[in-house]
Amino acid sequence: MIEKLNNLDRRWIFLLMFLAVAVPIYVIGKTGKTFPETPSALAKATFDAIDDLPDGSRILLAFDFDPASEGELGPMATAFVRQCAEKKHKMYFLALWPVGPQLIQANIEKVILPDFPSYEYGRDYVNLGFKSGNEGVIKVIVTDLAQLYPADIKGTPVEKIPMMDGIRNIQAMDLIVNVSAGYPGTKEWVQYAVTPYPDKIRIVAGCTGVQAPLLYPYIPQQLPGLLGAIKGAAEYEKLVNDRYGGPHPDPKYLEGLRRMGPQLVAHILMILLIIAGNTLFFLQRRRGTSR
Amino acid sequence: MKRLIPLWITAVSGILLIVAYFIPAWESWGEKATIWFDVLAASAFVLGGGNLLKLHLRKVSNRQAGWAYSAVTVAAFVVTLTVGLAKIGVHPSDNNPDFAWSGSYNSSGTAFWWLYEYAFKPLTATMFSLLAFYVASAAFRAFRAKNIEATLLLGTAFIVLLGRTFAGVFLTQWLPESLSGLKLENLTVWIMQVPNTAGTRAIMIGVALGIASTSLKVLLGVDRSYLGSD
Repeated sequence: MIEKLNNLDRRWIFLLMFLAVAVPIYVIGKTGKTFPETPSALAKATFDAIDDLPDGSRILLAFDFDPASEGELGPMATAFVRQCAEKKHKMYFLALWPVGPQLIQANIEKVILPDFPSYEYGRDYVNLGFKSGNEGVIKVIVTDLAQLYPADIKGTPVEKIPMMDGIRNIQAMDLIVNVSAGYPGTKEWVQYAVTPYPDKIRIVAGCTGVQAPLLYPYIPQQLPGLLGAIKGAAEYEKLVNDRYGGPHPDPKYLEGLRRMGPQLVAHILMILLIIAGNTLFFLQRRRGTSR
Repeated sequence: MKRLIPLWITAVSGILLIVAYFIPAWESWGEKATIWFDVLAASAFVLGGGNLLKLHLRKVSNRQAGWAYSAVTVAAFVVTLTVGLAKIGVHPSDNNPDFAWSGSYNSSGTAFWWLYEYAFKPLTATMFSLLAFYVASAAFRAFRAKNIEATLLLGTAFIVLLGRTFAGVFLTQWLPESLSGLKLENLTVWIMQVPNTAGTRAIMIGVALGIASTSLKVLLGVDRSYLGSD
């Protein structure tokens, strides 16, 4: 029996994982119910960093991720855009990842166009697009934005974009919001933008689960707010919904909270698999069959 | 000469960037060097594309193992490049409605947008999702409490796995307020903020010192391995 379990076809494990993710997605989709979330201090700090700014402040939103990590980062990106729009902040979008502009456009179409029709392109938000060069881009735009961004993604010269008036570099921004899936991302923004100009540039970020432990050393001086993975997104979504959502927020603003369901069941399955694997291991060792 | 010029370029650019960081008057020189870097980085896309074609076409031509995958890679590369450069399906932009190709290559409804939306997006998301299945399999087969270090790692993993979900809140909600630090969600935060931060900082400082010494060796021409020598 032990031998049989030890040589279990891994497709059974794959099937269990599939069910652990699929069933909660179905149930939450059907009932619309989500697990309660208590926002952590870091999620509150992220929320406050945006909310405490006066209405109409300038926010640079750097979307440094791709569709592969959309499952983890998409909900927080949406929530960031929504909070900025609710606060009537001016949003300057850019990306250091080649497919970032598409994700920026997706969020513009998801949040700004349907829910904030008074927002006007060029006056309230602008998409500056992608530039290659990784941290090299950050190093240039901290002192001279127009060197690398002479035009927006549509090719309109920045001099003709009203909200670019008086913006010489990103030191003119009141806050940088970075959504990061790896390199280049939050670490590079902290090292090349915040660290050389600590009194002028502030940043909050959302990142993937594997990145979060590497960013904790920058908290709180260089990075006052950080959302780690879907859990961070769910906590932040709760804060945004509590402040701006009303009693029945649109389901598109609940994606982080909804995705916590599959995460819960998948994590429990992982723990059970680890316990089962170790039980077999110790039983085998006791019988002297372990190598 | 083939070795001397790259050595000088490296030394001058590196020293310039270091000096520009500390002397404000030289800041604009540092900016110029960084812009050059960005131009080179953009050119690297062309080199990268050329290299990709060369490697995979050779594999297809020699009928090496897995040549069919290379053929798919080349086909995907050529189709995406053509569709983007030729702006297939692009509508005129609002600024220049009289010019057929004035719209953006990736605006909604274009062929490039279609490729991104219905090929690139689901494929990359699928690849990333597969991780969940392999991690589950590894959890069953490889994550063993063989010694004290592995047992500590296992214990930490349990706390973090539970603490990052509602299960953590549910399992330890009975704890009184005086012991709230032992609640799983709070323990998770403590693990991330204290042991994790301490370890990561130590690694970062070590890495930074290593980078500084390696960079100095490169700038002074002591380490020339990047030129292809030992």
